[in-house]
Amino acid sequence: MDKIPILKIGHFLMVAIQVDLYDRLALSLESDLVQAVSKTGAKGVLIDISSVSIVDSFMGRILGNIAGMSKVLDAETVIVGMQPAVAITLVELGLPLKGVQTALNVEKGMELLQKKIQFTEEEEIDDDSTLQ
Amino acid sequence: MIVLSSDSMPIMKELDMVVFRNRLKEFAVKIGMSLVNQTKLITAASELSRNMLRYAGGGNVLIEIVNAQRQNGLRLTFSDTGPGIPDIDKAMKDGFSTGKSLGLGLPGAKRLVSDFDIKSTVGKGTTITIIKWKNG
Ligand SMILES: Nc1ncnc2c1ncn2[C@@H]1O[C@H](COP(=O)(O)OP(=O)(O)OP(=O)(O)O)[C@@H](O)[C@H]1O
Ligand SMILES: [Mg+2]
Repeated sequence: MDKIPILKIGHFLMVAIQVDLYDRLALSLESDLVQAVSKTGAKGVLIDISSVSIVDSFMGRILGNIAGMSKVLDAETVIVGMQPAVAITLVELGLPLKGVQTALNVEKGMELLQKKIQFTEEEEIDDDSTLQ
Repeated sequence: MIVLSSDSMPIMKELDMVVFRNRLKEFAVKIGMSLVNQTKLITAASELSRNMLRYAGGGNVLIEIVNAQRQNGLRLTFSDTGPGIPDIDKAMKDGFSTGKSLGLGLPGAKRLVSDFDIKSTVGKGTTITIIKWKNG
């Protein structure tokens, strides 16, 4: 079976989906990615879907699951590069990409992740100081 | 309505969905369908073919290039001989699912196409026909 490579870049994991996913491949990406987050302690996950021409309810749910499970493991997820036609279709389909952040491209997505991580680190420092 | 050309294929396993989506894309490109409409149609078709696999153990899909009022479009007919849908009105509502899912497939597919027709008989099967016009 095909596999989608997961890259580790600093504190982040990055995946570029280059093929139209069939359901089983999407499911294996979901479990591989969540396992990788847990194993590496990554703080962020970036999923590049710029080559994906169809996101249906199944694929949408997988993206939501990845974001939800990563959140439990203390990692933020950003989906980047969604094609405009896909975005329009998702709205009409009625699929709420709950808990899924989006950014225009990989660069913007990285910036967003970086900001979010700094923010949570600051919050943690604040928490510590109130304890003292 | 005039049928200009057609093709039919079985959807019996997950990989058939991939083949079908690619074939559909070829038809859509052939009639010069806009990219947004292509995306909407293929997404709707993906929902309906998955339903057929999941709830009816598979079925058949007919792809037709149709013409009416000087407009070209694609008509898809999904037919299965599965268990049928007891309450179509209910199944067409957002959020109704017997598969512990989101219940978006049928109502979502309807929103994405120009024309949506569903016929289902319990114990006999389900036939869903959709049309998407080239620019509509
Ligand atoms: N071809 C079919 N044969 C029998 N029952 C069907 C068929 N298609 C749909 N249904 C029934 O209609 C219900 C609604 O379908 P719909 O696609 O809207 O939602 P879903 O498949 O349950 O969830 P989702 O598509 O969001 O994953 C299904 O749960 C199922 O009970
Ligand atoms: Mg469905």
